[in-house]
Amino acid sequence: MGPPTDTAAPLELGPAGLDRLVCILAETHRVIGPTVADGAVVLREIASAAELPVGWIDEQEGGRYRLHADASAGPFDHVVGPFSLKNFLFPPRETVALLERGAEGWRSRPPEGAPRALAVVGVRGCDLAALAIQDRVFLGSGHVDPAYQARRRDLILVAVDCRRAAPTCFCHSTGSGPAACDAGAGRVADLTLVDLGPGPAGSAAEDLGIEPSAARRFACRAGTLRGAAILGRLRAEGLAGSLAPADSELSAAVPRATAARLAARGPGERHLDTEGLRDLLFDRLDHPRWDDVAARCLACTNCTLVCPTCFCASVTEIPALDAERVERERRWESCFSLDHSRMHGRAVRHSTAARYRQWLTHKLAGWIDQFGVSGCTGCGRCITWCPVGIDLTAEVAALRAPPPASEGGRA
Amino acid sequence: MTPPPAGRAALPGSLAADPWRSHAARIVAIRDEAPGVRGYDLELCDSAVREAYRFRPGQFNMLLLPGIGEAAISIASDPDAPHRLTHTVRAVGNVTDALARRCEGDEILLRGPFGTPWPLGALEGGDVIVVAGGLGLASQRAAILTLARQRNAYRRVVVLAGAKAPAGLLYAGEDAAWRAAGIEVERVVESADAGWRGAVGLVTDLVARLGDGRRAGVLCCGPDGMMRAVAAAAAGVGIGPERVWVSMERPMSCAVGQCGLCQFGPFFVCLDGPVFRYDRVARLLEIPGL
Ligand SMILES: Cc1cc2nc3c(=O)[nH]c(=O)nc-3n(C[C@H](O)[C@H](O)[C@H](O)COP(=O)(O)OP(=O)(O)OC[C@H]3O[C@@H](n4cnc5c(N)ncnc54)[C@H](O)[C@@H]3O)c2cc1C
Ligand code: SF4
Ligand code: SF4
Repeated sequence: MGPPTDTAAPLELGPAGLDRLVCILAETHRVIGPTVADGAVVLREIASAAELPVGWIDEQEGGRYRLHADASAGPFDHVVGPFSLKNFLFPPRETVALLERGAEGWRSRPPEGAPRALAVVGVRGCDLAALAIQDRVFLGSGHVDPAYQARRRDLILVAVDCRRAAPTCFCHSTGSGPAACDAGAGRVADLTLVDLGPGPAGSAAEDLGIEPSAARRFACRAGTLRGAAILGRLRAEGLAGSLAPADSELSAAVPRATAARLAARGPGERHLDTEGLRDLLFDRLDHPRWDDVAARCLACTNCTLVCPTCFCASVTEIPALDAERVERERRWESCFSLDHSRMHGRAVRHSTAARYRQWLTHKLAGWIDQFGVSGCTGCGRCITWCPVGIDLTAEVAALRAPPPASEGGRA
Repeated sequence: MTPPPAGRAALPGSLAADPWRSHAARIVAIRDEAPGVRGYDLELCDSAVREAYRFRPGQFNMLLLPGIGEAAISIASDPDAPHRLTHTVRAVGNVTDALARRCEGDEILLRGPFGTPWPLGALEGGDVIVVAGGLGLASQRAAILTLARQRNAYRRVVVLAGAKAPAGLLYAGEDAAWRAAGIEVERVVESADAGWRGAVGLVTDLVARLGDGRRAGVLCCGPDGMMRAVAAAAAGVGIGPERVWVSMERPMSCAVGQCGLCQFGPFFVCLDGPVFRYDRVARLLEIPGL
């Protein structure tokens, strides 16, 4: 990350330019991008723009995710899938220390070999917001996680303004989208793309028009010196050119149109009322709703695995066969598992109600005390990937109703 | 990059820039303290690490046995002698059982110190009442040794230590030295045996009999329920919740606020605790399963 430079005017990038961008990134970085696998848009290493999910569109609702072939869908018309930056910056398994027995006895040292630097293409506003939140966890609490810091320093981000929101999205409530820059000042992507067509800006993917999606053009603006250098190279190679004034207006209109559609949602549609939410949740720790949601929740941990900000982890010792070497491996843990709170042989949060309460109050309230921000970016993943469709926005709405005075709930 | 939230900063004296880096320490002495409980005196092996190491009463280390695991253990020795670190450990599981099989001269690994200290400075000029349940006294011994050294800075200094049975009373052999330093020491057990001459009951009974507590502060460590009872008894003698501090236990694997396991309401026990002013956690302690 270099300092932000807003001076660089956006340039137009055609399909060849997008492909070349991926190649340039791949010269020095492992390029991660959205691609179709196992019936979903996942984030994986990609070798070219041809692997982007052109021609696929997702359908998301509580407990439901489907991919449909759609010839009109461009490379970034999908909405976020189950993966996020977290999978790469805070990997599900990682060695945090190596212990080796030498002549002097056991010694601890950092794990060997810095893995290849990462470049991630197609990052959304909510992803940038989540990254800023994980930065606070791993860099800002007074103790720096060295591996996270190294990955973070080398990370190149190519963001995209969202043309489309899924019904599960509610970034308008959390102030983290749909434009990449909505995630706030200081959370700057190296490059930001806006899909300029083919259809009129702001139309839903289903009626984006008939032009082949591979023919998409993008407005591309640099947010850092590093991004400006990449854009400069594309221009020098004749793959990026000046943006027509009409296209410049269009590039601003695209995220505005998505934002307007989110803002126009009616009372029955998804949004999260964050007003006074921290105090409200800590005041309602004995609300009967916790038992109600616990009757539906399977404690499967899906919501915490797909959430781009959840950071719980535990460490497992992995001794080598000769017992001369031990890897200390950090693995994702979940507040929905009994092991998460096991003390004196018993789980502190024994009931599912206590565990769901821990998740929701931590995410939306405790996080504010711990890191100065809410832990939710409105990405909607936990709603889509919950097998029973539990929706935190609906749970919050129910918790806002005062508990019946007569029967106090328990957890 | 985002600034750390107010009130959080790297602890002075923390051993390393890498929070996962542990340091070799030799076990220089082992003592039996109570059935299943041993005291281990440790010396960090690397002289530079040993010279840099400082801790405050109430802080803890993460003791690491390679291939077995890590456990959070309070530092029970005098902060003025940080070259020799005492840990008083009850063998209850994976790490602590394996530690009990180690011998003098063996090496283990440790990282630390972590956590908030007992607020001894804030209590200067007043009475200090140390209330311990069972092994809780291990987290307070560093404070007691400090109070003994700085005895003139305080009015009354009282140690009230309870255990289930006389054999479970920790550091009973040190009562004479603590008394000689001007500390009142009272021990109480829930069930006596033939040799027991002291009080029978709960530490809360001793707190209730303290007398006027308006200039006193309480440092309390024990099971969650015991700490609630002590705070209630303290309120009964005029010691409000803002003059009571408790040291909490929760599972933890990183000790630096990054693993999420030790959460307690809005707090990380490893960073915001283990020592909390009681009024900040009183309501949370009333809620089952938090
Ligand atoms: C800040 C702090 C300070 C502490 N200070 C001290 C101290 O000074 N001295 C001290 O002795 N302890 C102290 N502790 C407690 C100590 O960290 C824990 O007891 C720790 O869990 C011991 O680790 P272990 O691997 O030996 O036990 P674990 O294997 O983690 O077992 C812990 C408990 O769980 C039970 N258990 C484990 N697995 C199972 C299972 N599968 N089924 C049923 N029961 C199970 C065990 O019997 C035991 O009761 C402190 C804790 C904290 C947070
Ligand atoms: S809580 Fe749900 S909506 Fe919020 S950031 Fe996590 S996964 Fe996304
Ligand atoms: S809320 Fe849904 S996803 Fe989360 S643990 Fe419960 S059932 Fe699983």
